[in-house]
Amino acid sequence: MKPGHGEVLLAEGDQTVREEEERLIAEFRRQLDEGMWAAVPTTNAGSGRREAQMVKAYADIPEGADRVIFFPRASGG
Amino acid sequence: MLLALLALALIALVLAAPLIVRETARRRARRQAAKAARMEGLDLPLYDPGRERRAEQRARELLRSCVNGEEWAMYRDLGFIRVDGKHTRRDADRSGGGAAYAYLVYAHKPIVAYVPGTGQLLSEYCVEFPDMTGSGGRHRLPASDDVLAKWMALTSDEDRVIRRANMHLVGRQFDPARLRRDLWRLSEWERRRQRRRLDPSRKQSSRSTARGPSLGGE
Repeated sequence: MKPGHGEVLLAEGDQTVREEEERLIAEFRRQLDEGMWAAVPTTNAGSGRREAQMVKAYADIPEGADRVIFFPRASGG
Repeated sequence: MLLALLALALIALVLAAPLIVRETARRRARRQAAKAARMEGLDLPLYDPGRERRAEQRARELLRSCVNGEEWAMYRDLGFIRVDGKHTRRDADRSGGGAAYAYLVYAHKPIVAYVPGTGQLLSEYCVEFPDMTGSGGRHRLPASDDVLAKWMALTSDEDRVIRRANMHLVGRQFDPARLRRDLWRLSEWERRRQRRRLDPSRKQSSRSTARGPSLGGE
């Protein structure tokens, strides 16, 4: 999510293809280095409700996640 | 005396004339360079009047794809989303099995904490998601992206976002009367949805009745 633009596709690829995964990892790191937060929308296994899961490393991305959303980190307004 | 002053002014003018001429020429050259740069489109990004509208449309779709169906309907109908708080002090705090407290999430406004059981307003949490792209913080997220960012932050790491927010008593940015009105709207909205869920035919029949005359006219 980019201020002034909204949703912008940063990278997409197949995690099982090595080159594509490397590109995804590089973009993931770049976003975090720029100070963005990363979250994955998921469904709570217990309650069945939708919620988000923050991810701080590429390895933390839940298996089967189809997207990671980057957004500016929160600060006191 | 007057003649002497006049003579002095004349001398000063003559002495300053080269400086004035040089400065005028420099300013003219600067103006022309700026104009040429503008004409070539080097400096001035073109303003796209539809950009924000399109960004908001995309943001609404993204929000819809992330949150629960009920939360999306709430946002669409009421303009805010309720997110349950995760903490409880003791079991007795849980009123009727629901959360002890909840948040109202508005776009570009503080998050408001309240007690669902009593409607008591607790506090405002001022939080924003500033532009970190180095464009001087001029832009902000589209409204629905702002709501989604708050939703993701609250549902994934409530403590972190609340720690980062500036907490105020209710009334600093929100009119408490408006919040009470929104809570009343929310309870009415939930009551209607509950009724519809219990009696699905009710929605169908009322819709048919409402559309009856217009269909007849077609």
